[in-house]
Amino acid sequence: MSVLRTLPLVVVFVPVVVACLLAVGGRFVGRAAPWIALAGPLFAIGVGTASLDGGASGAVRWLGVGETAVRLGYHVDGLAAIMLLVVGVVSVCVIVFSIGYMRGDRGYVRYFALISLFTAAMAGLVIASDLVGLFLGWELVGACSFLLIGFWYERPEAAEAARKAFMVTRVGDAAMLVGMAVLWRATGTLELDAILGGVGALAPSVVTVAAVCLLLGAVGKSAQFPLHIWLPDAMEGPTPVSALIHAATMVAAGVFLVARTWPLFEASPEARLIALVLGTVTALGAATIALPQTDIKKVLAYSTISQLGFMFAALGVGAWPVALFHLVTHAAFKALLFLSSGSVIHGSGTQDLREMGDLRSKMPITATAWIIGGLALAGIPPTAGFFSKDEVVASVLQAAPWAGVALLAASVLTGAYVARATRLAFFGTARGAKEVHESQWTMTLPLLVLAVAALSLGLAGPMIARALGAESEALSLGIAAVAVGLAAAGAIGGWLLAADGGRREQALPPAFARMWGMVRNGYGFDTLATNVAVRPIAKLARFIDEAVDRAAIDGFVEGLAVAVRRAGALLAGTMNGDGQSYTALLAVGVIVLLAVTVWLVR
Amino acid sequence: MTSLVLSCTLIGIGLYGVLTRRDLVAVLASIEVMLGGAQVLLASYAAGVSVPAVGEGITVVVLATGAAEAAIGLALLVALVRRNKTRTDQIEEVRG
Amino acid sequence: MTLTALIALPLMGAGLVLIVGRVRPSSARVLALATASGSLLLTVLAVTLPAAISTPASAAVPWLLRADGLSLPLIGLTGILGVVAILASWGETRRAASHFALLLALQSAVTTVFLADDLILFYVAWEAVLIPMFFLIGVWGHENRRQAAMKFFIYTFAGSALMLVGLLVVVFTTGEVRMSALTAASLAPGTHDLVFWLLVAGFAVKVPVFPLHTWLPDAHVEAPVAGSIMLAGVLLKMGGYGLLRLALPLAPEAARAAAPLFATLGIIGIVYGAFVALAQTDLKRLVAYSSVAHMGFVVLAIAIGTPLALTAAMLGMIAHGLTAPLLFLLVGQLQDRTHTRELARLGGLMRPLPGWGTVFVFASLASMGLPGLAGFPGELVTVLEGYGAFGWWMVAVAGGIVLAGAYTLRAVRLVAFGPLPAEWAALPDLTFPEALATVPLVLGIVVLGVWPSLVADTVAPVASSIAHALGVG
Repeated sequence: MSVLRTLPLVVVFVPVVVACLLAVGGRFVGRAAPWIALAGPLFAIGVGTASLDGGASGAVRWLGVGETAVRLGYHVDGLAAIMLLVVGVVSVCVIVFSIGYMRGDRGYVRYFALISLFTAAMAGLVIASDLVGLFLGWELVGACSFLLIGFWYERPEAAEAARKAFMVTRVGDAAMLVGMAVLWRATGTLELDAILGGVGALAPSVVTVAAVCLLLGAVGKSAQFPLHIWLPDAMEGPTPVSALIHAATMVAAGVFLVARTWPLFEASPEARLIALVLGTVTALGAATIALPQTDIKKVLAYSTISQLGFMFAALGVGAWPVALFHLVTHAAFKALLFLSSGSVIHGSGTQDLREMGDLRSKMPITATAWIIGGLALAGIPPTAGFFSKDEVVASVLQAAPWAGVALLAASVLTGAYVARATRLAFFGTARGAKEVHESQWTMTLPLLVLAVAALSLGLAGPMIARALGAESEALSLGIAAVAVGLAAAGAIGGWLLAADGGRREQALPPAFARMWGMVRNGYGFDTLATNVAVRPIAKLARFIDEAVDRAAIDGFVEGLAVAVRRAGALLAGTMNGDGQSYTALLAVGVIVLLAVTVWLVR
Repeated sequence: MTSLVLSCTLIGIGLYGVLTRRDLVAVLASIEVMLGGAQVLLASYAAGVSVPAVGEGITVVVLATGAAEAAIGLALLVALVRRNKTRTDQIEEVRG
Repeated sequence: MTLTALIALPLMGAGLVLIVGRVRPSSARVLALATASGSLLLTVLAVTLPAAISTPASAAVPWLLRADGLSLPLIGLTGILGVVAILASWGETRRAASHFALLLALQSAVTTVFLADDLILFYVAWEAVLIPMFFLIGVWGHENRRQAAMKFFIYTFAGSALMLVGLLVVVFTTGEVRMSALTAASLAPGTHDLVFWLLVAGFAVKVPVFPLHTWLPDAHVEAPVAGSIMLAGVLLKMGGYGLLRLALPLAPEAARAAAPLFATLGIIGIVYGAFVALAQTDLKRLVAYSSVAHMGFVVLAIAIGTPLALTAAMLGMIAHGLTAPLLFLLVGQLQDRTHTRELARLGGLMRPLPGWGTVFVFASLASMGLPGLAGFPGELVTVLEGYGAFGWWMVAVAGGIVLAGAYTLRAVRLVAFGPLPAEWAALPDLTFPEALATVPLVLGIVVLGVWPSLVADTVAPVASSIAHALGVG
């Protein structure tokens, strides 16, 4: 273990080597691919465990001239160790799950190569001790996410979703780049220790600008309003990928980034307020959108957005260890839910809730796993979600009551959508056409592991707080009771809503049905973004291409060429072949030259 | 001064002939008149400066050139006559 | 003397290829590849063993060539691309021997530009580059090749004619032809502005700086694949090299006064190139406009002028010199199969061409500046240093970076992803020579992205001295 503690870079290099190996030798690897791919995450777990009380650090000069240099380094502190554990455990579960889920896919080896590359990038992101390394991992996980969302590239929806996810997060990344430039100018370094240690010496405006820029990056990555639109579409990727990247790890990187650069946010109330407002809006808004979804993965996608909103709200009130606690428990139960839904999709051949029903009798293990995950998501004791969500709500209520109330409302909705989805999928009468079967052991085993985690991680709160060097929060029983009561009430509402296999929803009065549809479409925000940003940019691009580049600039160049040719033709007209007129011109020329010479000499 | 006026007059007459006459023989003759004008000027210049033989020398060179020019010009003329082109407006090979 | 060999070897190879091509046309390409590989080997020697290229210490010995931190990365790039270009046209059948001979001659001329220490030799080599390129486009190009070749030739020639005047002013007012002996102090104060702008006229067209870029897409679209590779890879770099080698050190005050203008044009180039690329329907034109955007970064970095930014300019040039040729190579390989570059007709090519598709996605990610690949270090440092020099303009640059993602991903989406049209279902994947041609570029992109110091440490001393002359270092 001590070796792992002193050599944490294995968490990056091992999976990179594995990815290269799988990419190059894919033909010979075949069915062994997942087992090889397990190496990276296992090392991540090892290093994470060994470094909970702090681990090694180091740095090299990456690029520079003389004294001015960008350095690239790593530092495994408690925060990084916790993240490594999250990444490692979820990755292992996902890889094992994928053995069965991806069986027979023609991109089998490619899939595991990409997953391996992703774990390398994610590990690099969390152990980076400077913004360059962090950004490197940050963008590479985005690239892996792009390639994995578009894994089934022939489906237009998947190809489109992959592009959209990369583009939207890149907007945030560009802001992050500017934030790095601001910090570079102010401090002359990108090393986190130096920047964060010297925050006090920086002008408040610089700190705020930098913090807001970094926050924008986090908002893009963590799919917070208004950059949340990519995550629901990202569900086009294979479901285990959704569990790993779009629920447990990459989307939580935004929360990690804010936690990592916390001193900046501590010194900037403005940036914290923005985080609080965006987080609260997202938590509540996404929870409402999750309610009417008919696609089981879309329910989970909006649920993820909503839960990340909870974490951002906690960050906004300064409770970053609490946000991180929720990140950890959320990673467990949301990965559990996603993998359960993957099992459901694998077993029933559909992801439409309306075509499911009564899966509990055919898929008992999956159903149990899902229900445990659902309870944790709703925050029902004694699951892990109960503890972390209670801390989030309590800390937000204390600092900003309006936001706390909004989060409580979101809790009600959380109970409602998870109960609705549960009843539609696992209870009532079977509505699917296909023969349903329970999944094989490689798929159910990860479910069990994650279920245990989702049940027990609540007790890990003090341990996480200690690793982060923060005080662990005591359970606030009053708020907990209220929150659980509200969530239970919401769950009952959602349960009733899902009666008769969803027919009750279809029998709504027309006005209400229209609103239901609008909410299901995410309040039409996607269309709005297309009309406000995507279309005008495309139109502007075509305008610049046609009117400015081809017509004006190249038109001028070509016009100049034509003008020269015309002038040539004009002058050629004087050359009429008559020697005497040439001589006349010559004579005139001589006289003019003589006159000029005489005039000059005079 | 007189020689200058004479020279200019000769060159002017010659130029007029070169530009207006359509007959190639006449054009050649006019060129000779222009050359004569130039020689007059050179000779008078030679008389006016102390350094001897410069103007005279050049005049002799111009005379020789004129003779050569006349010979080549006439040879070209003969060639053109063989192609039945003795008028300047019939020659269009130098068109741009 | 190694330096002379770097120039002489490909030139002699060109002659040999022509002669051998008469006798045994089939051997021409093998000989060409051998020559290019030999040159690459020599280049590697020259780059790794600086002792082998040390110039005579005595000033009495006239020495026409020299290699320093500005030249070495670029001749290295030229050496790599020389091999790649020949592999890229491996299947060329129309007058193959002449084609390969011209490529080698081009390599020789470009190497001379980067190595010349003599202003007159520099100019002669600069113009000599045009000739093989003119024929490569005009003879082996596509439908509109003649017009594109003429446009390329006249446009760049007009620029370099002005540059010649500038060089002559330098030579006649100082009486010195060796670049290494010239400094800002050797020029009369009154001539600085004149010299700067005359030189810039030649360099800016070559880079190309917005709005002097419209020859580029035409030339690229019509050029054969090897021509595009050399054009994007090294010919554009001549402009940036000239700015760094001559314009900035000779007239630093004029350069500093012009910096805001250059920064503005660079930023416009970044954003504008991205916008125009976004609107293209022809894949090759799209890549061509991405070159405009990437060279905008180089112009911006030069305008910033700090040692780190000038290093970033070189990094950007080398990175673009690897990614753009890779993209052009891939587009050429695609066109050999589909005979079209229309985005609307392509799609789903990952399925029939997994090898090609993988490299295409890789090249696209590199082109959009993904960290870990070649484009990132230069762009990152340009933005970092640019914020210090030009402040919030970097937001526009960041916007350009987002747009770069937009057009690149659009290309990936429309070419490699999506449903596969039935007509492309049976396309064959890359052959061995085709795949081999991509290897040096792919490796270079990864190495430079992971370890930019490899180039940066070579450039740094020169960058520092230029920045010092500019008064910002």
